[in-house]
Amino acid sequence: MPIDLPFIWAGIIAFAVLAYVILDGFDLGVGILFPLFPEKHDRDQMMNSVAPVWDGNETWLVLGGGGLLAVFPLAYATILPALYAPLILMLLGLIFRGVAFEYRWRTKRAEYLWNWAFAGGSTLAALCQGIALGALVQGIPVADRAYSGGWWDWLTPFSLATGVALVIGYALLGATWLVMKTTGHLAARARHFAFFLAFATVGAMGIFSLWTPWLKPLYLERWFGYPTMIFSVIVPLLVLACLYLIVTGLKRGHDARPFLAALGLFVLGYAGIGISFYPYIVPTSLTIWQAAAPDDSLAFLLVGAVILVPMILGYTAYAYWVFRGKINPEEGYH
Amino acid sequence: MFENFDAEILARIQFAFTVSFHIIFPAFSIGLASYLAVLEGLYIWKKDKIYLELFDFWKIIFAVAFGMGVVSGIVMSYQFGTNWSVFSDKAGPVIGPLMGYEVLTAFFLEAGFLGVMLFGRSRVGLGLHFFATLMVAFGTLISATWILSVNSWMQTPAGFAMNDVGQFVPVDWWAIVFNPSFPYRLTHMVIAAYLTTAFVVGAVGAWHLIKGTAPRRAGTMFSMAMWMAAIVAPIQIFVGDMHGLNTLEHQPTKIMAMEGHFDSHPEGAPLILFGIPNETEKRVDYAIEIPKLSSLILKHDLNAPLDGLDAVPDALEPPVTIVFWSFRVMVALGFAMLGVGLFSLWCRWRGTLYENQGLHRMAVVMGPSGFVAVLAGWITTEVGRQPYTVYGHLMTADSLSPIAAPAVAASLISFIIVYFVVFGAGTFYILRLMGRLPRDPLEPLDEGPIRTSGITPASQPGHGGKHAH
Repeated sequence: MPIDLPFIWAGIIAFAVLAYVILDGFDLGVGILFPLFPEKHDRDQMMNSVAPVWDGNETWLVLGGGGLLAVFPLAYATILPALYAPLILMLLGLIFRGVAFEYRWRTKRAEYLWNWAFAGGSTLAALCQGIALGALVQGIPVADRAYSGGWWDWLTPFSLATGVALVIGYALLGATWLVMKTTGHLAARARHFAFFLAFATVGAMGIFSLWTPWLKPLYLERWFGYPTMIFSVIVPLLVLACLYLIVTGLKRGHDARPFLAALGLFVLGYAGIGISFYPYIVPTSLTIWQAAAPDDSLAFLLVGAVILVPMILGYTAYAYWVFRGKINPEEGYH
Repeated sequence: MFENFDAEILARIQFAFTVSFHIIFPAFSIGLASYLAVLEGLYIWKKDKIYLELFDFWKIIFAVAFGMGVVSGIVMSYQFGTNWSVFSDKAGPVIGPLMGYEVLTAFFLEAGFLGVMLFGRSRVGLGLHFFATLMVAFGTLISATWILSVNSWMQTPAGFAMNDVGQFVPVDWWAIVFNPSFPYRLTHMVIAAYLTTAFVVGAVGAWHLIKGTAPRRAGTMFSMAMWMAAIVAPIQIFVGDMHGLNTLEHQPTKIMAMEGHFDSHPEGAPLILFGIPNETEKRVDYAIEIPKLSSLILKHDLNAPLDGLDAVPDALEPPVTIVFWSFRVMVALGFAMLGVGLFSLWCRWRGTLYENQGLHRMAVVMGPSGFVAVLAGWITTEVGRQPYTVYGHLMTADSLSPIAAPAVAASLISFIIVYFVVFGAGTFYILRLMGRLPRDPLEPLDEGPIRTSGITPASQPGHGGKHAH
């Protein structure tokens, strides 16, 4: 049996997108929480906690997009026009928050503006990513190798709900990240918010899970048919286990556990979505095999990915290791 | 005029606008990253603190410029899909893996070590920190390599076949990556990035030499920049000429447009120095020409025949006026750079490099010249590729997404507003940072900190490089 290159690549792209969601998720979350921390001193620390790593986190988004172009060009060419407006808005949001990391320190007079750029840009980017996810899940029509829907198709109650849900979820990642990385009243406040955000996130996941199966017959069959139903029984239990770990972790003053459990929630939610529409990459129009580039393209890039992705994970882990531990508020800056 | 603003022209304007903004930042950060590596290397070698002070000064400017490059680059990576989805579908199997390699080999490397380079010196020690700086510099060069491979392939496609759904499919990856124009284009661009940075660094050094503050630091950067200009500007002119010959071989219509040759010249073509291309009448008005010189430059023979645009159908002509002018701007700036470089050599020989105010003023004026030249060069090569996206194989008109003009117009307007606000502010901050070189390292800061990770204090000039704990 020949190696199923599209299948392998679907796994790698899925991994890249998941890596993006959980990594940039927490630093977008820190931006989303910015308005809830009015003190300058707190905000400086929040920003500093993600400053050395945010750029690497966002690179996974480029790999997700660039990888899609490389190995599933038809998916790239149909999904992006379908999600035109939310993606453009996401990019604009990412521009504002990305430059805020530098600009905020370069001015006193306009600092408040870049605070807004950071908070607003992060929230907008998160909201648009959620909307894009919702729009993808509800399906993208394709005809003759091109997107065949209208331009407002992405805008539905469902996609708006997923947009809000992702903002809440990222805020949870951000809050638990701050619990892990900061001290004093900042950490205490983050702990307080994380508690509520954990319940809100799980609630949103519940609504999403009850809503999704009714969007497409495929999803209904996946969620309530055997054998995939096994997952739809196990995943909710694991979600509740993560919630329990977050809540007890927060109550007992653990530093890392709430963050790791929150990551767990995201992994589970992500797996649930994947189970819903695999093997489609553009639900329910194109499967991974229909959208895949020729094997020559897949093989050429796979050689590099097999060698380079572990190296990337290695030095990314190193970069996190260099900046490990809680940030010291006294040494933050002078 | 405006009734012609359909989705295609709007998408083209949007691409031209966003890519023109974007190219500014890589052009600067490729050169600056290497300059930072050189400065830190010199510090390790010579143990002279001045190099570390310069490193810390340029590091912050690099961080701001790099941030702008990242965010404008993310826009580029998604624009292929939003506005040019048919191109993405068709060319994706060939250019997609190259861009994938750019992400895997360059972007992650830069991003991963950038944090360490910017904030980690007291956490990892000087040796590892230097390694991080080298990796950032190396990453910018690898990135340039892949993206120029992609661009060159679009200009001089090779190593592919077409499949039954109209996609370009790879046949020979070696031929794709090392396509005919790639070596020239890569060399030309990397040197352009180095020259761009040299003139920025030189202008900042000259500015502070004129002001008379911090003469040693200003003098060191000025001297380094002028060495770069003197050595590299002539190389660039030579490489540019070779690139031109390569373009003549593979994209003759682009050269015709650059030279303004509407008519064929069977007995030796003149070089049109200046003139006003008249595209409706198909001639260059008020042309100032040097007989036979174009044939001499392009064919190394005074009487060599040269085809003009009359040899191709009108529909395959690139927009002549734009290419004609952008090419002249680029070449003129190249020679101006050469002039500054040679003048600096003369002053150096006379021992007046740090005193000659004429040279310093000239260097300040020439500060932005690299950016203008880079933009003009890209306009020449990209507009000259029209009406194709993949030269000779895929028309621009056939590359567009199935989107409506109002959507493209709305996103174009948003990008214009946001870019001017965001990158305008960034340019302002960079210029302000550049103007503050003479600050005494022991003097307290009057505003915002040198950004730190919050874990360790920023290394201040004067006591960097040592472990803070």
